Amino acid sequence: MLQTKNLKFSYDGKTILDFPDINCQRGEQWLLIGQSGSGKTTLLHLLGGLRKPKQGEILIDGKDTRQLSSTALDKFRGKNIGIVFQKPYFVRALTVEENLMLAQQLAGQDINREYIYKLLNQLNVGHKFKSKIDNLSEGEKQRVSIARALVNRPAVILADEPTSALDDKNCQEVIKLLEQQAKEANATLLIVTHDGRLKDLVKNQIQL
Amino acid sequence: MSTLKLAWKNLTNKPLNMALSLVLFALGVGMISMIFLIEKQVQEKFDKNLAGISLVIGSKGSPLQMILCNMYHVDDPTGNVKIKDVKPFLSGRNPLIEKAIPLSLGDSYKGFRIVGTTQDYPQLYDVKIGEGKIWKNNFEATIGADVAKIVNLKIGDTFHSTHGFLSDGMNGHDHGEFKVVGIFQKSNSVIDQLILTTTQSIWEVHGNHDEPETTEEEPESETETDNHEGHDHAAHDGHDHHDHDHPAPQKPLIEEVDQEITSILIKFKESSKKSFQALTMLRGINENTEVMAASPAIELNRLYDNMSLGESFLRNLAMIIVFVSGLSIFISLFSSLRDRKYELALMRVMGATPTKLFILIIVEGLLLAIIGYVIGIILSHLGMSIFAGQMEDKYHYSFTATKFLKEEFYLLGGALLIGFIAAVIPAIQAFKTDISQTLTES
Repeated sequence: MLQTKNLKFSYDGKTILDFPDINCQRGEQWLLIGQSGSGKTTLLHLLGGLRKPKQGEILIDGKDTRQLSSTALDKFRGKNIGIVFQKPYFVRALTVEENLMLAQQLAGQDINREYIYKLLNQLNVGHKFKSKIDNLSEGEKQRVSIARALVNRPAVILADEPTSALDDKNCQEVIKLLEQQAKEANATLLIVTHDGRLKDLVKNQIQL
Repeated sequence: MSTLKLAWKNLTNKPLNMALSLVLFALGVGMISMIFLIEKQVQEKFDKNLAGISLVIGSKGSPLQMILCNMYHVDDPTGNVKIKDVKPFLSGRNPLIEKAIPLSLGDSYKGFRIVGTTQDYPQLYDVKIGEGKIWKNNFEATIGADVAKIVNLKIGDTFHSTHGFLSDGMNGHDHGEFKVVGIFQKSNSVIDQLILTTTQSIWEVHGNHDEPETTEEEPESETETDNHEGHDHAAHDGHDHHDHDHPAPQKPLIEEVDQEITSILIKFKESSKKSFQALTMLRGINENTEVMAASPAIELNRLYDNMSLGESFLRNLAMIIVFVSGLSIFISLFSSLRDRKYELALMRVMGATPTKLFILIIVEGLLLAIIGYVIGIILSHLGMSIFAGQMEDKYHYSFTATKFLKEEFYLLGGALLIGFIAAVIPAIQAFKTDISQTLTES
């Protein structure tokens, strides 16, 4: 489902980041652990098609994302990859509901309100769907960003340090929700983190 | 969600920024459109009332004042001329002249001027009788449509004239009693705001009918229209108008050599309009006679020239405001883009193409321009309705605030262009958003 071979990347042409091969099957949950500066976020961006690798292959659902034109890649990403960022980014002028609708629309999907409400309810933010993003707490924002990552039923969910800003209780809850939602959608979940608390929560692990 | 809706939400999310851009833009557009509106309507009024008049002949003074007074009825007369001095023009024997229309000014009713003239005068403007008939005998009056409407005069009503042109009703100075015999149709010409009667009525009112000796004081009183304390014409009238029977004028106008009129409007024959004699007539009169001639076309051009100085200043000022408002749209989009760079990167992550982001920012700029334009046009037409009210109070000229010009349509094109130009640099930046770099920056 999510596979890399010989993946290499370089920012300046001298220092080369050499990533271990990844092979995650559909529905599996993986933890990618590495210290700050080890290239975790870079790898996640490569996997998510936000950057182009210097060398190597990235296969998502059997498709080599490097072969796609940039427009096709934009659409492919919107539809097949859900990304939860370290900081919860949103279009601030829009409400929770509108942000999720925008995610569906930009990915070229039909707007599915029912699914949006279902997701938000499952993530315990159902009552906030008409709120502006600025009126949410950090924990709520993180949940809504998980909902957004899931809203197009992607094949792959990438999460970049989703718990770093959360306390222990919220941390456990968020991981549980991510796992639960990924399982429900039969999506591959890859969490990138340096958060030691997660080591005991996720079985499959890759060390950078 | 359409791009338009998203752009709208983005703009309204920062209401103060939006308001600043809109106020500036609306101000600029409003000023330019208002200048167009006033200029156009003033010129239209002037041109419409030209009515083919080639020359105005009257007493010596300011030629522009004479034109304004006798053709547009907005200024005081320059004085009076004796019939004998202008007889050659009135006689009908001049081969160049198609029509020579005498005007006698000096009296008014509730601010509306009473003009003693011949029936040729309304014909000049193609004005038709709406109700009743045209005046024929002395102290019969046919009144303009606006006069009838504003002071509520009907056929058969009588009114007393007042010396001078002021509307504050100097009661002690009531002149003769006029009877309304007809009301003209609305024509948008100067006739709408005038009360027309015979030339002889004006003479009678001023008490110098067949009394040439009293005419000496008339030129002064005609020019000093705002200072008439203790100057009552009725006192030396010699008879009472109320029970006086006014027969049709017996003697032709032209034989009343010692009587005075204010001016003559001259219309040349079509065939002789461009002839050498017609062209030199103006100079000939001014150099060789005691009276003055002025060409409305020349005087109006001079007036427009003077007006255009102020106009071009205002127009430049409006241009500067529009430029600043364009700059404000640019700055507001640019700075909002800084706050929103994560949003834009996020939209890319969610599947938006760079072109989509480009269009979004352009639409935001255009939206500001369109809304600013609409507010500006509303402002200018509101301003125009205030201006129209003032013009009506002061000069009885009616202007309209509901007329839209094609120039205003062009202005929309200009507004859109400015919105686009202001948005294009921020839009290019949005287009070039590097998702990965932006998202790792935090």
